[in-house]
Amino acid sequence: MIKSYKLRRGLANTIIYILLAVLGLIWISPLAYLILQSFSADPEAIPQSLIPATYGFDNYIKLFTDTDSLNFPRWYLNTFIIACFSCVISTISVLMVAYAFSRLRFKSRKKFINVGMILGMFPGFMTMIAIYYLLKAMQILDLKGIFGIPGFDGPILSLIICYSSGAGLGFQISKGFFDTIPRALDEAATIDGATRNQIFWKIILPMSKPIVVYTVLTSFIGPWTDFILAKIIAGDKVDNYTVAIGLQKMIDVDHKNQWFKCFLAGSVLVAVPVTALFLKMQNYYVEGVTAGGVKG
Amino acid sequence: MVRGQIIKGLIFLLTEAAYISFMIFFAWNYISKINVTGTSVVNGQQVQVPHSLGYVAKEEIIDADGFPVTRFVDDSMLILLYSVLTIVVTIIFFAIYIANTKSAYKVYEAKKNGEVIPGFRAEIKAFFDEKFHITLMSLPCLLIGCFTVLPLIFMILIAFTTYDKSHLPPGNLFQWAGFNNFGELVNFAGGDAKARTFLDLAGWTIIWAIFATFSNYILGMIVALMINKKGIKLKALWRTLFVVVVAVPQFVSLLLMAQILAENGGALNQLIEMITGNHTPIKFINGTALSARITVIVVNIWVGIPYTILITSGILMNIPADLYESATIDGAGPVKSFTKITLPYMLFVTTPYLITSFIGNINNFNVIYLLTGGGPSNPDYYNAGYTDILVTWLFALTMGEKQDYKLAAAIGILVFIVCATLSLITFNMTKSAKDEEAFS
Repeated sequence: MIKSYKLRRGLANTIIYILLAVLGLIWISPLAYLILQSFSADPEAIPQSLIPATYGFDNYIKLFTDTDSLNFPRWYLNTFIIACFSCVISTISVLMVAYAFSRLRFKSRKKFINVGMILGMFPGFMTMIAIYYLLKAMQILDLKGIFGIPGFDGPILSLIICYSSGAGLGFQISKGFFDTIPRALDEAATIDGATRNQIFWKIILPMSKPIVVYTVLTSFIGPWTDFILAKIIAGDKVDNYTVAIGLQKMIDVDHKNQWFKCFLAGSVLVAVPVTALFLKMQNYYVEGVTAGGVKG
Repeated sequence: MVRGQIIKGLIFLLTEAAYISFMIFFAWNYISKINVTGTSVVNGQQVQVPHSLGYVAKEEIIDADGFPVTRFVDDSMLILLYSVLTIVVTIIFFAIYIANTKSAYKVYEAKKNGEVIPGFRAEIKAFFDEKFHITLMSLPCLLIGCFTVLPLIFMILIAFTTYDKSHLPPGNLFQWAGFNNFGELVNFAGGDAKARTFLDLAGWTIIWAIFATFSNYILGMIVALMINKKGIKLKALWRTLFVVVVAVPQFVSLLLMAQILAENGGALNQLIEMITGNHTPIKFINGTALSARITVIVVNIWVGIPYTILITSGILMNIPADLYESATIDGAGPVKSFTKITLPYMLFVTTPYLITSFIGNINNFNVIYLLTGGGPSNPDYYNAGYTDILVTWLFALTMGEKQDYKLAAAIGILVFIVCATLSLITFNMTKSAKDEEAFS
């Protein structure tokens, strides 16, 4: 009896190992294909075999030197600038809102939290199109070189505004973190004569490094992974593209035959940093998705 | 204001002056034209059109050098936009006005009782202490108001106008159309392409959302259970294998998938050819409606299962082990344990997550757009294809050739209503779930 039970469990585990290996292979092989082919030095523009015969950095070199029609370095720079600005603005507004909701008690605080949560649940897609109408009507999209900075055009400013404006609604995770800091600290500081402003800067923020880092990273990653908003806002202004729409441009009918492998190389260059950052903070991500909703 | 708070009084006075001059010099110019009888050119004829936004779109004038030029006069878009803005500004102004009156009354009371009235400096200081929340909240609220709430109001209003390619400002006016756009969408008996497209796409959107949500949920949970099973080694490795797919930006993995599935030179067709020797490539994406739809759902499984693994792993570990032990003693196999213990437990705990991801799938623009672009296209539809869901149709109507903005806005509102209802249900359930300690 015992022997057969052990045998059965061993058999079950073996089946599971095989299943996991097959599934894992299926899941990882497209990404392996992406990386392998991006280093392909085969003469064909579109890979004719699953695994390249020769390897080299040709595709990466073309990506950064052949910038006349498709300017990947420029798109990379655009995305980087947008990411930096929206990262700063988003982080500040998220932390401000979270601190106010977590530590301060004021009239209609509950109401604000509820409205914020409901607004945050609505899909962003509808507002995006409306924002596009608005920016178009106000002719912000056609501006060139705002503040005299070359390249700082209307769509870039618009994207910064769009990515950072709604950030205040994502206060949940930070609020949850602030809630865990003992209130006794605030009270002690108040008795010593500190204002709430000082408490925020001198006590709460230094104690909240992990959540500050998390907020900074997520808002920095956002513009690198967003596709739809950038597509709507940038339209046909190729110079103001972000990497996402730029890469899509590389594989449209006009460009695919020359640019397919560069698309793969560009994808690797975007995916590697984002993937590394995400794997670092996946636990926070889970908390974020399940915050308020799932209770285990 | 005369009670020793001169600077504060001056600031309030300035706001009032600014508001009044804003209304006279700027806003009135737009808000007075919000619903008038305008003149439009239809088939070369000047026609009077009621319920117009603006009187006349353009006029011919003779410029200084004696040449005739066209000058744009009223822009319906700006009239609508600035009218909405004016209403918002007015509401904010009255809020400030009431606050001012209240504060003046407070000071009056304080003076009567012989208390010390706080000076301007003290009032400013309060904004960093007792009133710190106002300082903190005002900037985020302003941003959210301008770029989330205002666009929503604007979008809703567009759905009740005739704003489209043939009513495109500047140069043309658009009018208020009441519920006409909604009427066109639900006029199923009329045999109109728009209504038919709407009905079909709504049906497919729901089928898609159900399949996408539940296939990911159940299959993902099974994989998570396999990884977390007692006695399975290298758990971290298996987990990472899947989670990497979540970490890669979605547009990269989807664009890549579209290329792998391509008919000509796609990697999957190469693989199939290698194994079976079959030289006719399979049309995954641009074949029949059914094959395209199945492809989208299967690829979505590839994208979505890792999310489920990521989210549910922690919760799965929390299911009390003795439940499984007693089930095994009672003779339940793994399938029975899954359907009788795991699934009910998980459904109970993760319903809000399920509803959120259902809403997410109704709005799952990326998977459809990046994979098939809505195709294969259907000539019977109004500017849509077989795999288009409502939001990708909306996108195509706005950004594509048709430029049918009013219809897109109406679709947007309908989707919005469905999602908002579901959101509110989730919200209430979440609240009740917090109080309850059931399932024990």
